[in-house]
Amino acid sequence: MSVGLLGIEELTRPEVEAILQRARFFQPVQTQPFKKLDTLRGKMIVNLFFEASTRTRTSFEIAAKRLGADTVSITASGSSVSKGESLVDTLNTLAAMHPDAIVMRHSASGAPHFLARHLVTPIINAGDGTHEHPTQALLDALTILDRRPALEGLRVAIIGDIAHSRVARSNVHLLAKFGVDIVLCGPASLLPPELVEIAQGVSLTTDMSEAIAGADVVMMLRVQLERLHDPPLSAGEYFQFYGLRLEHLALAKPDAIVMHPGPINRGRELSSEVADFQRSVILNQVENGVAVRMAVLERIVGEHANGRASA
Amino acid sequence: MSSLVIKNGHVVDPASGREGPSDVRIEDGRIRAVGKNLDASGAEVFDATGLVVTPGLIDMHVHLREPGIEHSETIETGARAAAAGGFTSICCMPNTLPVNDNATVTSYIIERARQHAVVNVFPIGAITRNSAGEELAAIGSMRNAGIVAISDDGRPVMNARVMRRAMQLARSFDLPVIDHCEDLNLSAGGDMHEGAQSTRLGLRGIPASSEDVMVARDILLADSTGARFHVAHISSRHSVNMVRFAKKQGLPVTCEATPHHFALSDADITAYDSSYKMKPPLRSECDVAAVIDGIVTGTVDAIATDHAPHPGSEKMQEFEKCPFGIIGLETALALSLEKLYHTQKISLMRLVELFTTGPARILGLNRGTLATGGPGDVTIFDPELEWTYDVNRSYSKSRNSPFDGWQLRGGPVATIVAGVVVWRRET
Repeated sequence: MSVGLLGIEELTRPEVEAILQRARFFQPVQTQPFKKLDTLRGKMIVNLFFEASTRTRTSFEIAAKRLGADTVSITASGSSVSKGESLVDTLNTLAAMHPDAIVMRHSASGAPHFLARHLVTPIINAGDGTHEHPTQALLDALTILDRRPALEGLRVAIIGDIAHSRVARSNVHLLAKFGVDIVLCGPASLLPPELVEIAQGVSLTTDMSEAIAGADVVMMLRVQLERLHDPPLSAGEYFQFYGLRLEHLALAKPDAIVMHPGPINRGRELSSEVADFQRSVILNQVENGVAVRMAVLERIVGEHANGRASA
Repeated sequence: MSSLVIKNGHVVDPASGREGPSDVRIEDGRIRAVGKNLDASGAEVFDATGLVVTPGLIDMHVHLREPGIEHSETIETGARAAAAGGFTSICCMPNTLPVNDNATVTSYIIERARQHAVVNVFPIGAITRNSAGEELAAIGSMRNAGIVAISDDGRPVMNARVMRRAMQLARSFDLPVIDHCEDLNLSAGGDMHEGAQSTRLGLRGIPASSEDVMVARDILLADSTGARFHVAHISSRHSVNMVRFAKKQGLPVTCEATPHHFALSDADITAYDSSYKMKPPLRSECDVAAVIDGIVTGTVDAIATDHAPHPGSEKMQEFEKCPFGIIGLETALALSLEKLYHTQKISLMRLVELFTTGPARILGLNRGTLATGGPGDVTIFDPELEWTYDVNRSYSKSRNSPFDGWQLRGGPVATIVAGVVVWRRET
């Protein structure tokens, strides 16, 4: 079995803390004039994206390169997948070229978990369907910790299409490990009641004001009403009831921050004013993405990782 | 002619209520006598000391994939798997290529089974042409060709008006209507039971209500048409309660449960392993408890496997792309012994009833009994047998089972069809 990173759920709190601590070490690297380290020199990372992605793919690629690794990026439209090759065959073919890790995004929940059972190469999940997006939750935690001394005791509201959000799931698992008060909010059909059972400290509400009241962090999710099988609300109604506007922020803690995994839809899930709001940390999240992914890649592909994988 | 005497077994025959040490003599393919110290002269002798001897088991719900999908299973391989599971009779669902929706396909299946199957094969005909849910299939001529029930298993009839007409016709031809109860609009896109597990895994859910609303609909239609309605693979607590209610009203409503629906819940699923993907899905623990309660209290009439072979290539892909269904012929008896009998939930007599008189009564088969003059179909099993299921040694062409590697207590030892031992456990 390969030791990669499939999700946050199976990580322990010390493991999360170790990654975040290492990510903090990589934060200054992002702004120094010479950014390239040689930690992963001679290593080969394959970025395999079966689903469109700009920021995650670029972020992983930059992270790998800043660690000195070589990278190959493959997107589904240009690969043998579009010629009808099965997922297992594609991955086996790539694994036969002995990359040191495969970073993978796929539209099917569990696709990387399924492959990890059949492959020796470590797989890093860059988002699987509506399941998990572990590096997003890690970079979100790092971004919160840039502005708060600790996660414990914070109140975090996550708002939007929770049911179909891998970002929400990974964040719930991560924040729950630190005793965060997590409020999930969205229209009822996008907010399954069983969410309270997936982790500790989760509560649900369909009322946006209730969700934001007293929040330290307001995390908005991207809405793709056009991709939903049966949208619960029209786009106009969605923004009216679940779109974040400046007046909402008066309900939150005075220094509350606004987060969004991107790409943002101005006027869809948050108003343009909120997107440009000084306490919106959306671009800090992107910046932290590289540092967090460097920490993850180093952990999985670096020299110490080999000892752990064979242990 | 040929005769076989099964000596010193513990006979369990629900049809007669007989249970105890007895011999069984089969002559010329028919049960000749059941009793103590039967004369074995001139007969082959099977020593069943320490073993249970029952009427041949019947599985009223299997998919044999022939004609048309022979890379998954054939009548021959499915029948061999059935024999290795202790079954002497199996009923095959019509979702083949072409669909068994006319007498020609029915006759083809019966002829292929006559030539290649080691057990009895009874075809089930489609309700609608091509199981498309619109025009009714050639139900009368299929009955004359030998079908024992009608069902659009896997592609349930969504239009209540069509189902009503099918029930009216089924009543006039005295055929039971077996429905795979699933509202396809409610279940659309779902991959597993809707609940905490599906939410955690990010998989789309199949709500229990998608089963329940169809069970309710069909019970009401059975009431108004007088048709015999049978719920295939019942899996939810509300459905069990509704069947219980219908029976109390005296309606001709029956149901079957599969071993996987009482042996596993959605909490037992190995994440994204398609060997756990089937319809109806593995449901919550309280649904499992309700199915078991239905078995214990008599609401459930039969245990059936819904043996659904799929080749490895189809099960080796993204969970959401994998087809639904698992094989089950070789593990059904063992799982039932382990989960129902060894847990002291039901007696051996009740367990055998669920595999014999239960399905025989639903389908009107003159089988599932050791009555003198009846078919010489006998199953011999050892309720204490310790064995491990190795799916790679399955007689089925397919390998999709969540029970691979399970250590089981109890299992078949020999399967006898018309007086001939068609399978015997290697020792």
